[in-house]
Amino acid sequence: MLSRVAERVYWQARYLERAENTARMLNVFSTLLLDLPPRTKLGWHSLVEITGTYQAFDAKYKQASERNVMRFLLVDNNGHSVLDMLAQTRENARTTREIMPTEAFEQINNLYYFAKENAASGVARGPRHELLEEIISSCQQISGLMAGTMSRGEAYCFIRLGRSLERADMTTRIVDVGSGNLLPALGRADSNEDAAADVHEPYASTLWMNILRSLSAYQMYRQHVKHRVNAVDVVAYLLQDEEFPRATTHALITLTHVLKKLPNNTKVAKQVDKTLRFVQKGRVDLLLDNGLLKYIDDLQMEIASIHQKIADTWFLPNK
Amino acid sequence: MRVNWKTYNPGSFYDEIISSPGYARKPARRLASLLRSLTHEELQQKKMAAELAIKTMGISFTVYSDAGNIDREWPFDIIPRIIAEKEWNHTSAGLKQRLRALNCFIHDVYNDQKIFKDKLIPKELILNSGNFRKQCVGIKPRFDVWAHICGTDLIKDADGKFYVLEDNLRVPSGVSYMLENRRVTKRVFPELFENYNIQPVTEYPNQLFDTLAAISPRPSEYPEVVVLTPGIFNSAYFEHSFLAQRMGAELVEGSDLVVEKDKVFMRTVDGLSRVDVVYRRIDDLFLDPSIFNKGSVLGVSGLFKSWVKGNVALANAPGAGVADDKIIYTYVPKFIKYYLGEDPILPNVTSYLCVDKVQRQYVLQNLDKLVIKPANESGGYGMLIGPQASKKELAEFARRIKADPRNYMAQPLIALSTVPILGDRAVEPRHVDLRPFVLQADKTYVTAGGLTRVAMVKGSYIVNSSQGGGSKDTWIVGDD
Repeated sequence: MLSRVAERVYWQARYLERAENTARMLNVFSTLLLDLPPRTKLGWHSLVEITGTYQAFDAKYKQASERNVMRFLLVDNNGHSVLDMLAQTRENARTTREIMPTEAFEQINNLYYFAKENAASGVARGPRHELLEEIISSCQQISGLMAGTMSRGEAYCFIRLGRSLERADMTTRIVDVGSGNLLPALGRADSNEDAAADVHEPYASTLWMNILRSLSAYQMYRQHVKHRVNAVDVVAYLLQDEEFPRATTHALITLTHVLKKLPNNTKVAKQVDKTLRFVQKGRVDLLLDNGLLKYIDDLQMEIASIHQKIADTWFLPNK
Repeated sequence: MRVNWKTYNPGSFYDEIISSPGYARKPARRLASLLRSLTHEELQQKKMAAELAIKTMGISFTVYSDAGNIDREWPFDIIPRIIAEKEWNHTSAGLKQRLRALNCFIHDVYNDQKIFKDKLIPKELILNSGNFRKQCVGIKPRFDVWAHICGTDLIKDADGKFYVLEDNLRVPSGVSYMLENRRVTKRVFPELFENYNIQPVTEYPNQLFDTLAAISPRPSEYPEVVVLTPGIFNSAYFEHSFLAQRMGAELVEGSDLVVEKDKVFMRTVDGLSRVDVVYRRIDDLFLDPSIFNKGSVLGVSGLFKSWVKGNVALANAPGAGVADDKIIYTYVPKFIKYYLGEDPILPNVTSYLCVDKVQRQYVLQNLDKLVIKPANESGGYGMLIGPQASKKELAEFARRIKADPRNYMAQPLIALSTVPILGDRAVEPRHVDLRPFVLQADKTYVTAGGLTRVAMVKGSYIVNSSQGGGSKDTWIVGDD
């Protein structure tokens, strides 16, 4: 497979996954809003911090209001909005049509046109949920279509690489939402504390429940963790669970499997192993008291380094 | 609106569907009556469905001047154009004959040059051509074939017969749209297919692959064939990608290829991998910066030498464009006689060469009645339609012709045939041409029909998509 094509296929998968996850994040934020008392001030700015886009945001908007943040992350032409991510997905798909299933391109194309026509409606609260759900399910449909129609050759490997790496990264960012950025006063309510604390902090479990839901992880969590929803278990589940597909650890394990099918994989495999060891050895119960943010930052650096190794190994060298 | 053939008026032009008000020609009768039976809503719904299908399928082309919106949806009219199988068989034989003769000519020009010795065509005319490549002299490509893929433009005159307007031997495009047009028609107008015995068009990518595989320098079951594109900003990028996909070939850009020890390789995730055949959609001059245009970043350094050494096949071969020249065009009937010993099956359009003193005189005196074409432009650029030109434009062309007579030829304004398109209020006649695609390697092949291009503007003769033309599905129908 051509290096240039591998790169475009990889980015197509990453952008598609990123669009889906950004939509999920916006959705959970908006739902959370409804569960909180009206006097609570949501830190909308933290959304642009989580996505690493606050500089671009601050350059354009004076105020981190709900409307501004939504506009910025949904429709603005800034490279970070859901619409732009879908445009990128489409552009990468359009320039690799020769190896993609025709139907996959058609669906990506349709999703882009749908978003182009409707994304702006999500700035208002009313139609937002429906819009985001539609985008999320379309993204999943496209992933499913590719899973169901593509040979497990190199092209599909690069799709899985892109998707898994993006997932690993995005989940760390979504965990960030809950870990103190958003609701400093409510972030903690772990299982070690007594029941009385939960009465005082009734919204903590709401927060973590919404975070699980944003990754479609609530049901799986309930089935597999058994504990009631609390910070330590949720963070550990999302970062360290081996079986849940959107958990960072699972995504990294997927990478190790996919890598085996690709040539010259040693350097990338090493970095993935290093990242896996790093994420696994974190003691979430201790980190939640102190150092979770740094742990997640470091984890994100490790993940970025996996990307760098992938690019060095398989993509065309930059001229 | 409902379709009313009685008020459909093509005027003095030859209409391919309607012979006289209210009466359809035989092969088109069932189409005409089906269209008549549809309600306004049904017709509009079909039209919208076609537009939607084109958008969904991402059938696009690029307009250079449209900065920002690099791909644009393909303009399409849903009423198919119908050609009788019998007429097509005759035309198809003529197209094959023509390409065989053109390839004999190109091979002769770069090798024995018998045709100059026999004084059939002045040597200077060729050697001065902008498309003659002196670097190609003495090269013998496989099967002596230089132009493997040819797009021949045909038109019908007032007599209803096909004439050859030009031979496109460099990087002719449009075949993907021919295939996609059929796919769109099948999606939105399936009921049309019930009553007709229509030749399928889908064979083309297989035939193209076989043609390319046949010229591979390494004998192998499955040679590595690549499509070389200038990249996503090229107006025909959609087609490059489409053909690569349909052939299961890699679509490569110049930066994906590298030449080592005079062999061509592509950069893959598993290192370098040998390439046998390059279907190049890049003009000669950009193909290899070490030989031609030094500044080209689209091509591959060393590609030409690799071809000369026979380590890679190029389709079309560099230099094949020498026969894609509107001056050489006028000699093709003679080539057919000279090289094949046959009478031409398809006639040329009457042409006047400005390089000839007598003919030039005639052209200059009748500029306002003629169409003037430069020898080497394509896409309808740089030409003058005399009857529609202003005094200033006429004077400008007279000046250009006198300054560079070799570069111009003239033809009478042909009364291009018409076919109906579905307008907003009625079916209306519009002028069309036809571009079939002809392949040659060890054998020859002609598409069943081709790409019909239609001038969407009333009265216009300009069918080029780069200048606002549209297209139609083209049916070759049997008597059944």
